Amino acid sequence: MPYSKFLLSAAAIAVASTAAAQSRDEIRIVGSSTVFPYTQAVAEQFASSTGAPSPIVESTGTGGGMQIFCAGIGEQHPDLTGASRAMKASEYELCLENGVDSISEALIGYDGLSIAMSRANENDWDLSLEQIYLALGAQVPVNGEWVDNPYTMWNEIDPSLPEVEILAYGPPPTSGTRDAFVELAMHAGCEELEFVKEGGFDGKWVKENCSRMRTDGPFVEAGENDNLIVQRLNADPNAMGIFGYSFLYENLDTLKAVNIGGVAPSAETIGDFSYPISRPLYFYVKNAHRGVIPNLEDFIAEYMSDDALASGGYLSERGLVPLTDEGRAKLQEAMLAGAPMEAPK
Amino acid sequence: MTDATQSAAHDAEGRYKLIARSLVRRRGRQARMKFYGMAALGFAFLMLAILVGSLLMSGYRAFTQTHVTLSVFVDPEEVKVERLPRGDFDDVLAASLAELFPDVDTGSRAEMRELSSILSNGAQFQLRDMIVDDPELIGTTVTVTVPVSDPFDQLGKGLVLRETPEDQRRVTDQQIAWFDALDERGAISEPFNWALFTHADSRFPELAGLKGALIGSFWALLVCFLISFPLGIGAAIYLEEFAPKNKISDFIEININNLAAVPSVVFGLLALAVFINWFGMPRSAPFVGGMTLALMTLPTIIIATRAALKAVPPSIREAALGVGASRQQVVFDHVLPLAMPGILTGTIIGLAQALGETAPLLLIGMNAFITSAASTPFDSATALPTQIFIWADSPERGFVSRTSAAILVLLGFLILMNGIAVFLRNRLHRSW
Repeated sequence: MPYSKFLLSAAAIAVASTAAAQSRDEIRIVGSSTVFPYTQAVAEQFASSTGAPSPIVESTGTGGGMQIFCAGIGEQHPDLTGASRAMKASEYELCLENGVDSISEALIGYDGLSIAMSRANENDWDLSLEQIYLALGAQVPVNGEWVDNPYTMWNEIDPSLPEVEILAYGPPPTSGTRDAFVELAMHAGCEELEFVKEGGFDGKWVKENCSRMRTDGPFVEAGENDNLIVQRLNADPNAMGIFGYSFLYENLDTLKAVNIGGVAPSAETIGDFSYPISRPLYFYVKNAHRGVIPNLEDFIAEYMSDDALASGGYLSERGLVPLTDEGRAKLQEAMLAGAPMEAPK
Repeated sequence: MTDATQSAAHDAEGRYKLIARSLVRRRGRQARMKFYGMAALGFAFLMLAILVGSLLMSGYRAFTQTHVTLSVFVDPEEVKVERLPRGDFDDVLAASLAELFPDVDTGSRAEMRELSSILSNGAQFQLRDMIVDDPELIGTTVTVTVPVSDPFDQLGKGLVLRETPEDQRRVTDQQIAWFDALDERGAISEPFNWALFTHADSRFPELAGLKGALIGSFWALLVCFLISFPLGIGAAIYLEEFAPKNKISDFIEININNLAAVPSVVFGLLALAVFINWFGMPRSAPFVGGMTLALMTLPTIIIATRAALKAVPPSIREAALGVGASRQQVVFDHVLPLAMPGILTGTIIGLAQALGETAPLLLIGMNAFITSAASTPFDSATALPTQIFIWADSPERGFVSRTSAAILVLLGFLILMNGIAVFLRNRLHRSW
């Protein structure tokens, strides 16, 4: 009996090798976990309204997505990748090396990073970026010396802040959200320190010295699962959580935002950058796959449609902060024409 | 003489006391041992009860879904036969809702949006499929029961509290009033959530289901079984019955035992490097997932099969050899059939392990978002554990209970498979 089964599995392997060569009729998308919910929404809308095979959307992270996206041209490589930051020069070069020379870049909107607390916390929180840096940075200036962060209570940083222990749950280093938080909140907060301003340190110094989050307890890496952070915040009213705005938006009945510099996160404040920790979201398309992979053009058209992108469109209902009308019109024109991007510097 | 009897009696008494004392101590020790054992077992059961209890508490909600029943006039202006399957089905549904509430200004886009957001996004496609199946319905009034969108499902189940201030919840006071009015008319119902088993994944919790994951897991396990079962048994028979006992076979044995303890993520990396990057097999395919899981299941099956072969008494082999059977005839006609129950038990337990395995599948891309179920093992699909992984990370409220429900379904399958293994063992077991 095992012999017949053996033959069967050998036959299965033979089928597999032919299947690998067989053509692909669905669109494949990889990339950032932040862009994932939006691409997911477009993919589902596209599949249910046109009846085309449903695109396969995989959440690999921005960096991981670029590696897979830039691996080459052909059916075994994905057609689109989402990114929560612009493509880096090194990634563009990798693409070029592998023959992916015409890529279109689409800035689809903005995403805010929110710092949130449980509604059970009785204080109204308003922090400056400087205070956030002093609370969460690995090294801070104390009396003119650059030392390991000694602060454990918020009122030690600024007497006007409540006498509450510093505790923040945030994303791990592998996450694009973490990269964005370090760049937008930590670096900006660091640059505002008296010590840095007066010391005449440049951007390079800031990047080298202010990129590390503290590891002695007050900052806890909570894994990629943002729902878990939401649960922990509800269990501990004095803890803060750092995650994408869409998670705060979905949980507004139990969570409240910590204002940054007096500004609360909302679609308006994120879109006009008055809320300081917001970032652009992109996707990239391989132009060589257009017209080759079935339905790819239609999918891009759906992604670019006003139904999806405009304010009040289904992506903004999911938490994406949309572009201005003017920006959108420009993007639609460029993307539908398949204009290739220029090499990033 | 009297002294001697006295001292003998004294000795006996002393020995008796000594034995009695040690007996008390030994019994005490045994009682404590039993107590520790029971306490350990009790603790394990308590933990299991907490796990299953918390899953049931948060998951049972996902097994029902709030629906609304509407009489819909299929307006020939909006839906035309020649344009099918395209048509403004969402407007048709919105108009039928607005008819129930005469005070709603049908000219105001914002107000209409607010009203129609009670319905799930899938409602229009449900109506569309109905009309496409029977275009005669255009121009008539049909009664449809469609799911409500997630915020209203949460409201209907009491998970969103009406006392919460309006700006802190997803539904407005006006929307709650509409919902309650629908409820008073008896239009709201909460039937069993069949979508959980008949739909593939969706970004809308009310439409999301496990069909894609169940089928993906089925294909992956089938491929895993077809590869690991014959290979595992073949390897075990050779090692147990034919291989000479020397350093090389010892070395292989140690390696197989080690392989059984290798973390599963390592097999995932191997599969990514060899199957996908080198052989160019498709990402996210259950076939590749099955091959990866087969690598993991192989050592388990080999070890179980060898144990089962060892348990067959040597007298059977000797008797068969004695009447002139060849080594191969001995193995295939006598030893293997007798060892089969043990082999099957080991295989099923190995497959149950494979069913719950997540890490290697994440690496080969079986955690993609796919809204249709795979029809062959080469189509992209998710598996049960990776579907749980995706849902656990989704922001919508409805996915919290659906994640627990999906875990319950996975646990159900594991209990079923282990139950079959126990049944086979008890039913087919022979004692010598």
